[in-house]
Order: sequence, then structure tokens, then C-alpha cells
Amino acid sequence: MTTVRVYVTLKPALLDSAGRTVAGALQKLGFAEVQETRIGKLIELKVSDYSEEKVKAMCDQLLANPVIENYRFEVVA
Amino acid sequence: MKVAVIRFPGSNCDQDALFALREDVGVGAEYVWHEERSLAGFDAVFLPGGFSYGDYLRCGAMASRAPIMEEVRAFAEHGKPVIGACNGFQILCEAGLLPGALLLNEHEKFVCKYVSLEAVNRTSLWTRGVDRPIQIPIAHGEGRYVCDEETLAELKAKDRIAFRYLGENPNGSVDGIAGILNERGNVLGLMPHPERATKSLLGSADGLFVLNGLTRIAVQA
Repeated sequence: MTTVRVYVTLKPALLDSAGRTVAGALQKLGFAEVQETRIGKLIELKVSDYSEEKVKAMCDQLLANPVIENYRFEVVA
Repeated sequence: MKVAVIRFPGSNCDQDALFALREDVGVGAEYVWHEERSLAGFDAVFLPGGFSYGDYLRCGAMASRAPIMEEVRAFAEHGKPVIGACNGFQILCEAGLLPGALLLNEHEKFVCKYVSLEAVNRTSLWTRGVDRPIQIPIAHGEGRYVCDEETLAELKAKDRIAFRYLGENPNGSVDGIAGILNERGNVLGLMPHPERATKSLLGSADGLFVLNGLTRIAVQA
């Protein structure tokens, strides 16, 4: 069993309106140094047989939307 | 003339759509469960609003991979009418039948109100005859239409912007886009709900401007 972590993030050019709200909340808590917050997703997969090609296919076909998102992944165990 | 109203787990405008199509547009309409694999006997498809699959992963992402969507894709490619309203629009984008995507509204809030729309394209099945601003309600949290500049240029050049919001842009959509068409013009995706505006008792009957496109098909058939 291999654990793969897929990180999906909104493309930098797109406004992350939820992230902006979180940044505002952090600033209100006194963390004045926070300039920007962007929210992404972490998707953890457990696969019986790891193949980089297949994880890439999973990302392309479902886990990320190439129109709005970027992704990267890493094997953790 | 029979319209397939596709039901996904979490669809919630399916009953409104079926009712509006039967009672107000005056065409046949039947539900089709997302696990079906055939649209035999149907002349058009309505992808209703709601929160299919709980909006898991991304709005419309799971629904766009449901078994019936292969058939909807073939249906659209044959030039038959397909309309997706709200979550239906998100599903069409996720399925790649329409370009771009819908993101969280710029102001982050769910917005539920009547909006005024201008038909930009005036020649498609869905927009022909919309020669005045129409009033149709929106109800969404994730209706900010985005696409890259190249796609936007193509949408404009090929007259594929079906509707634009008039006045205030309610969600921050690029270029005020409320609905777009595929290249052939038979597939329409829009955030407003035409099925909720089919009689004056509901506040507006302007949704019929859009849905009556289906009766034109019936006449031709």
C-alpha cells in the first residue's frame, strides 16, 4: 500500500474569494502580517500499486479541473 | 416532443423543471435517473439545478462523470437541444461540453433574486426572439463564470455568449456572462433558472423565452 498526497490549488490568476475572507479573519485576530490566503485541497490516496502515470491520469480525469486548478502530488509512504 | 429531465442525487430543481416543461411550455417531459445509459425516445435534455453529489470535489464534477453523461455527450454532438441551468451549467462545464468553469461568487455570498438579462446571441434555438431584457431568478453560491482570455475572445467572436447580466454583476462573472452556448448553438448553460419563471403568478413568465425554444424543435420535428 502506498499513500499519495495530491495537492490541488486554484490557478494564481483566479480570485480565491473564500481565501480572501479567511485572510480578513486572520487580520482581525491580530495577524496583521497576513497579506493573502489561498485555499486548496489535499486529497490523500491509498493505492495498492503506485504508478505516477496513473495518479496523473486520476488528477487529469477527475481530481483537478485544468481550467481553474493546478495540481502536484507526492508519495509519502 | 419529449424532454429528459436528468436527476442526480442532490438535484433539487428537477420537479420545477418537469412541471414547467409540461404545464407551461406544453411539451412532454420525463425524469431520467443518472445511472441510466439511454436517452432513446427523447428529443431534448434538461440538466436541472441543485447540489448534485453534494457538490463534492467541485460543483458538477461528480455528476459530469455519471453514466448518463456519456449519452448526453453523444446527444449534444448530434446537435440535439441540451440545456443546463445553474448546477446543470456547472455540470456541462465540468463535462467539457461548454468551456470555462463556475467559481465561488466574488462576494462569497449565496445570491437568490431576480436579475435582468440581455440576450447577446439572438440566433440560437434558445435565444431567438429575446428582443428585450428578461427577468429570471438566480439562486447560487458558485456562479462566477471564468475562462481564459482566449476562450472569452472565441465566445465573443463566434457569438456564443447567450446571456449577460444587465446592471449589477451579481457574482463577478467575467464580462458579466450569465450563459453561454456551444459552438453549434444547441447546448445552453446558464446560471439563471428559466424553469422558475414560467408564469406571471411566479413573478415572471420570461423563462418561457428560453424554454419555448423547445417548442420550435417540436414544430420542426
